[in-house]
Amino acid sequence: MSSISQTVGAEERHAALLRKRLHRLRRAIFLTLNYGFMLFLVGFFIFPVVIMIVSSFKPERLVASDMRTIYAFIPREATLENYSCPDYQSPDTKCVDGAGGVFERLPMPRLFFNSVFVTSSIVLLGLFVNSMAAYALARLRLPYRNVILTVVILLIIVPFEAVAVPLLLLVNGLPWIDGTMGWLNSYHVQIFPFAADAFSIFLFYQFFLNIPRDFDEAARVDGAGGFLIYRRIIVPLSRPVFATVAILQFLAHWGSFLWPLMTTRGFDFTTLPVAMNVFFGQAPRQWGDVMAFATLATVPVLIIFLLFQRWFVQSVSASGVKG
Amino acid sequence: MTATTSARRKPSLYAGERRLALLMLAPSAILLLVFLLVPFFMAFGLSLTNQRLISPNPTEIIGLANYRELLDLRFIPLEPRLDPETQQPLRDAQGDLVYPAVREVLRANPETRFFRELTQLELFGTRYLVAASDATFWRALFNTFTFALIVVPLQTSFALVLAMLVNQKLPWMNFFRTVYFSPVVTTMAIVSVLWFFMYNPDFGLINSLLSLVGLGPYRWLEDPRSALFAIIILSIWQGVGFQMVIFLAGLQEIPQELYEAAQIDGAGRWRQFLNVTLPSLRNTTIFVVISTTILAFKLFVQVDVMTFGTGGPFDSTVTTILHLVNQGYRQQRVGYASAISVIFVVIVLAISIFQRRVLTNQEN
Repeated sequence: MSSISQTVGAEERHAALLRKRLHRLRRAIFLTLNYGFMLFLVGFFIFPVVIMIVSSFKPERLVASDMRTIYAFIPREATLENYSCPDYQSPDTKCVDGAGGVFERLPMPRLFFNSVFVTSSIVLLGLFVNSMAAYALARLRLPYRNVILTVVILLIIVPFEAVAVPLLLLVNGLPWIDGTMGWLNSYHVQIFPFAADAFSIFLFYQFFLNIPRDFDEAARVDGAGGFLIYRRIIVPLSRPVFATVAILQFLAHWGSFLWPLMTTRGFDFTTLPVAMNVFFGQAPRQWGDVMAFATLATVPVLIIFLLFQRWFVQSVSASGVKG
Repeated sequence: MTATTSARRKPSLYAGERRLALLMLAPSAILLLVFLLVPFFMAFGLSLTNQRLISPNPTEIIGLANYRELLDLRFIPLEPRLDPETQQPLRDAQGDLVYPAVREVLRANPETRFFRELTQLELFGTRYLVAASDATFWRALFNTFTFALIVVPLQTSFALVLAMLVNQKLPWMNFFRTVYFSPVVTTMAIVSVLWFFMYNPDFGLINSLLSLVGLGPYRWLEDPRSALFAIIILSIWQGVGFQMVIFLAGLQEIPQELYEAAQIDGAGRWRQFLNVTLPSLRNTTIFVVISTTILAFKLFVQVDVMTFGTGGPFDSTVTTILHLVNQGYRQQRVGYASAISVIFVVIVLAISIFQRRVLTNQEN
């Protein structure tokens, strides 16, 4: 009796062990396939950037020819001449392509400054004017409040592309503070049309609505006026939405192409994307130099993204809440 | 309560607050008025004129002439050529009917003198020549709709797959999320140049990678059949991370109990996806579909950079906005481009209203 039950018990244990092994095996297969697929996608998303960076460190003659081999992903004969080659005109230069790097061929510091200055002006000015407008809409007694709010929400839909050409005509006839007419080829033409943004106002508005009224009331009792409440209470409580709006506006305007293309000439005021387009169109095209330019324009933003990626992701998810 | 009643007794306090509210609203209001509302209404007015960016001649009101030039589309029936002796239709070596040259047909009518052929089609046994006064505009509309019809479903479902992958409770998911999102922070004009380099038919990396699995070589951007497709791949690569993050936020809001209840009912992974995940993501999906569609209709930068502003080869990549920019900025025809702007706004509004209706009614 006991020996039979023992064998049954052993068989059951054996079956359970088998089930457990099978389960583990299935789990292992699932994990392998899962991570394998996800790694394949990693390849899909990063290979262009890898190619860009690797190619930017190659001498011109290898940039194109290496693409058919594994060397596409491996820098060999690494050189900095696509970036800079100050002595390219002297007879004993070590550079091969003979035209210098991007720092010799383009005013790189100026282009960087233009991009950073224009984008950060839009973002900072925008944080200021949009949050004030939202505060007026959300927390102050404002005549025709609902009408204004409806207009703001309708304005979110108007695509910039649809107003670009009439706007070009308009800014071409606007006076500037120094008495000159026409805003073309300047910083202000790239900044002011984008500082106020209906969607930013909407995001601030939603956030401000949800701050409890008790805070203002307490401050009001202490004699603080509306603007002081905005500055001392609302702004400090709203850091997350300020970060969200700043990041979304940065993403929207750092890569801005159409408007600087239409309003700037040459390199004095133009930003990196438009300069890239001009540089790319210049003959003879040196792919190594083009890749060096692309790397310089891309990698700093990628690093900023990696440092603050949690904030970036949070901002983007916040932009989808309105659906 | 006490605060409001005491405030009501002192109307001067109200007045001060109103003044402050208007003052704080003013900077944004003025900027939005000058740089968005005014040009928006200017577009309607200018579309009725022959305004140019810089012109020695005064601007004239020309009524609907811009719209007529943009939209005039004709279906011209083609008569097969007849044999001058037998009066029987002529046939070529393959036995097909012979039709007169397109140019001849268009020039015969003074109204269609400057029209260009869009396509030819056979309807009820008659061959029609489809010609338009601005054939590029019709090509642009066609390409823009094609682009949207391919990109929106593809990018939305790809984004959902990515979101579900990185939403798994497994190690390293943060790393994958970061990598999948990273193309979003690259600049479109810059990565367009990068992809142009990779699409090179002679030494491009894409062709060498495809040759590993026995495909290709393709002449990507040089072939009118593949050029738009090449731009679609780049667009999805750059944009899908954004929608992934929005879906991810939606996924994380689904209560875990719903899945547990479904499991108790014996639902497998696929049924859980169909009966829990998809219905819970309805609002998120509506938002993603509408915003991706509008983005798709704005397609410009990729095409402008990769085709050097031409929309080539043979108009195969020209888009509504590219045509608008070429007419309004490069040709300086502000009036004509304004008419394109108006049509563009109407299309975008109509589509977003239509989509919202359809997508919100589906479940009811």
